[in-house]
Parts: sequence; structure tokens; C-alpha cells
Amino acid sequence: MKGLIVERAGPLALIQDGGRFGVRHLGVTQGGAADWVSLGWANWLLGNAPQAPGVEITVGGLTLYAEAPATLALTGADLGATLDDEPLVPGCRFTIAAGQRLAFESPRAGLRAYLAFPGGLDATPVLGSVASTVRESLGGLDGQGRVLTEGDCLTWSGGAGPERTLPSGVGTLPGDGERVTLALVGGAQIADFSGTSVFEAFNTAWTIDQRTDRMGVRLTGPELHYQGEGMVSEGIPLGAVQVPADGQPIILLNDRQTIGGYPRLGALTPLACSRLAQCQPGTEVWLTPVAAGQARDVHLRQLACWG
Amino acid sequence: MSDPSIETVGMDSLIVRLFDNIDEENMPWMLAADRALREAFGEALIDLVPSYTTLLVHYDIQRLDLQAARARVSEALKGLTPVTSGEGQRHVIPVWYDVSVGPELERIAERLGGSQEDVIARHCARDYSVFALGFAPGYAFMGRLDDALATPRLKTPRQKVAAGSVAIAERQTAVYPTLSPGGWNIVGRTAVALFGRDREGYSLFRPGDKVRFEAISREAFIEQGGDPTPLAERGDTPTEAQA
Repeated sequence: MKGLIVERAGPLALIQDGGRFGVRHLGVTQGGAADWVSLGWANWLLGNAPQAPGVEITVGGLTLYAEAPATLALTGADLGATLDDEPLVPGCRFTIAAGQRLAFESPRAGLRAYLAFPGGLDATPVLGSVASTVRESLGGLDGQGRVLTEGDCLTWSGGAGPERTLPSGVGTLPGDGERVTLALVGGAQIADFSGTSVFEAFNTAWTIDQRTDRMGVRLTGPELHYQGEGMVSEGIPLGAVQVPADGQPIILLNDRQTIGGYPRLGALTPLACSRLAQCQPGTEVWLTPVAAGQARDVHLRQLACWG
Repeated sequence: MSDPSIETVGMDSLIVRLFDNIDEENMPWMLAADRALREAFGEALIDLVPSYTTLLVHYDIQRLDLQAARARVSEALKGLTPVTSGEGQRHVIPVWYDVSVGPELERIAERLGGSQEDVIARHCARDYSVFALGFAPGYAFMGRLDDALATPRLKTPRQKVAAGSVAIAERQTAVYPTLSPGGWNIVGRTAVALFGRDREGYSLFRPGDKVRFEAISREAFIEQGGDPTPLAERGDTPTEAQA
């Protein structure tokens, strides 16, 4: 079957969808696109379901060779993408002709680009999802969760919908120098942190650490002090802001463990998680409190954009 | 059971807290709450993650707002009847206990002041309750372990623990379903598959199940399809600190 052939795999290109749900009680992680908003817009550009399977390209280094023509969509990070050496700006729908190459170099803005295919990529769901989780050997092209590898063939079965262009200001990343503010629904053990720590949590320019991946993102800044008792492990929601003994928060993302025993300030909203997933190490971010109800309203508005 | 609390932990998730401490006696109530919450939320439930003392309810915000979700939890917890023990499955897991695949047999024997055979006999002497699944697909936290076998986690976790490795940490025991990193003390290996995409319900163990280990020979282990390759890395010295 003809499709896009992986000529150069790069460090981390993964097939992702909206994630694996209904099996977390078995210890299976959620997975799915870390910047689910960008995947949603890429799919919207082709008339797909918002979380139809696509490729999440982290950092770049991927080259795809087209054996057959296709209409594709690209959103998310600017990884210096080119179509036969012509620059391709993220936030677009484009056609690739047979014999052309789509290449990603290195991050200029953001970390993760999303590539959508007509009707979504072909892959067999495992436990209800094609989301690739390398650690658990679930999902992806072969069902074993592995990263895209040289020689892999990406195929699709659907057709692209009518031409669409993104509404202004969506599907791309905020510009340089724009303050990154991440909404946090306070809760969990927040009352057991010192008053100073809660103040500092929301009034500090936190720095994204080098230790950042699909499991979690570590922030560095003032040391936060938990004053409660030792905890018994409990279920962890997406975006949970956990504070281990060193006082430096870790925000848990899609591939987090299902249960854990560190105290938490609450959880970032899923929208804030998608924004965080695009922050390069060294970026400064601010946490801002939001009520669960208000966060829900904003989230539902996002979903409504995709119809 | 004390009065349960319902705690907001995120935009679309609540923690239902039934107990404060790990205890086998929690299980009938935890199982009852699991069933009641699944029933009460129905289609509006995205995930329900029980742990030792709590259940995380991840609900669909397109169907429910926070108040409605809290109301469903309260309703579900009314008139909870503990699920009687014996409803969970019972498993007997054959284990080849040997220092080549379970290097910490030595250390635990030393702590016990006995032989490796003593460690094996004690590990096999009781039924363990499955408290929770987590860490990896199908990884079951079980207890309570004989006090005399309780051993702290390794100071530095191993990069690779073989699938089927039978492990001990503090007063809990577990089996690694797949090759993974891990900081628990390894005492043996089983050929039994714990997690599979083709298995009914995917995971062999479920919370509330009872598990007993049974010592078998190297020959029997291999006959059952076990891989006798020694655990490559030696564990380092244990620490009293939690890993």
C-alpha cells in the first residue's frame, strides 16, 4: 500500500490520538497527543474527528517521502518544516505530490508539531486507542508502542474534507516574549502547603527544567514546603502538580503513572497542559489559579470550535 | 469506614477518600464503592482509578459539571454494602526462587537471620490481597507481607527488571508484568503472564483478588515457558529511605 515512507526517523515521532481511556484502573497510562489542541486543529483542517490519529513530531529530525499524493495538515511547533526544501509554516493544510519530501529540522518555536492525514492515520487500536506508549509497549503502527522508524509506511483510508483555513490566532504558538500563563485548578493537598509556598506557587516565574518528557515536566524555582503527613498512593489526574521532597514541582502529563504518593497543589487544566507541552527547557511560565467551573467553560468552548 | 470525603483534584476529576491507612479490611468497602461509582456515573465516567484508600473519578465534563459530579458521588456512597470477601478471584502463582533470578533472596535472608529457604517458606505461607494496580499495566500491589520479610526498596532502582520477577518492598509484594525499571527487591521469577491485550479484562490480577505463591523447581519453571536468564544487574545496598 502506498503512503508516506519514513526516510529519517528523528528522535521521537509517535502516532497519537486523544488517548487511551477506560483502562487506567489496570495501571495503563492515558497517553495521547501532549498538545491535543494542535492535533485537534490539524484534524479540523482536513474535516476529521478532532482526535483522529496523527503523528506527533517532537523536536524534529523526521523526513517523510511521499509515494502517493496527499492532502495533509500541519500545526503546533515550528520545527523548520520544508516541502522539497520550500519552507512550510505550521497552521496550514497543504498537498504533497508523489516523489516529494516533507522534512522537519529543529525547533524554532515550540517542541511538538502535529501532522494530520485524510480521515486519520491507519493503525489498529490497542485497548481502545492507537496512542503510542513506548514504556508500556502499546499502540502505534505495530501495536507495540514503538517510535516511528526508518522504513515505516504511513497510510490512511479517508478523504480530506472541503478546503479550510484556520481562524486567526489558533493552531499556532504564541510569539516570543509572550508570557506563558498556565491555569491551575487548586485542590488535592494544597491546604497542607505553607501559606508562603502557596503564595510563591502563583507569584513566581517558574523555569522549565531540562528533565521534561511525555510523563512530566519539572519546574525549578523557590522550594515549596508541604506540611502534611506522608501520603498513601492515589490516582493522578492529567496536569497534576506534584511536589516531591526537594520542593520543586513536577507537572504530570499524558504518559504519567496512574497512581502516586506525592502531595499535589491541584492540576493544570487540559488546555494548560497542551500549552506546557510546547514549552522548551528554559522557558519561564506562571501558574494562575482558576475555578473548576470556569476551566470547564473554557474547555467546552475549545471543543465547540471543532463542532 | 469513616465519613468519606470528596475532594476536587482537577478540572474533571474528584478523589473519593474512604480511609486514611493501608489495610486489608478496606478492600470490601473499596470494591463496593468502585461498583457503586461505576453504576452512578455510567456513560459519564471516563476513568475510575481505585488505590489503597481512595478512588479517582475522572468524569466527562461534556455531560456533567462539578456540582453534578459531586452529587453523583454522594448518591453512590449512600447505603454502601461491603462486598464480601471470596468474590475476588484466587490465584496460585508458581515461582522459581533462586538467587540467579532473585538476587535479593540473600539480603532478605540475612535481615531475617535465616536461610533462603526460610524466606521462601514465609513468602509462600500466606494469601496476599491485591490492594491496587499501578506503576505499569497489570502491576499489582499486594500485602501484607510477613513483618520479618519487610525490606526497604533499593537505593538506586535497576534499569531492567525481567518480566515475571517476584518482588518485595516494605510490607508489600508484587510481580513485574513486563521488562521495566524497578526498585523493589527481587526474590524469584514466574512464567505466568500477568497482562495481555488478548486476555479477557487484560490483567490477571484485580483489586480484591487473593494471591498465593508456590515454590517450584528450575525445571518446572522452564517447562512452564519461563526464561531462566539471570538478572543482569546486581541490586545495590538497600536504604531506609523510600525509593
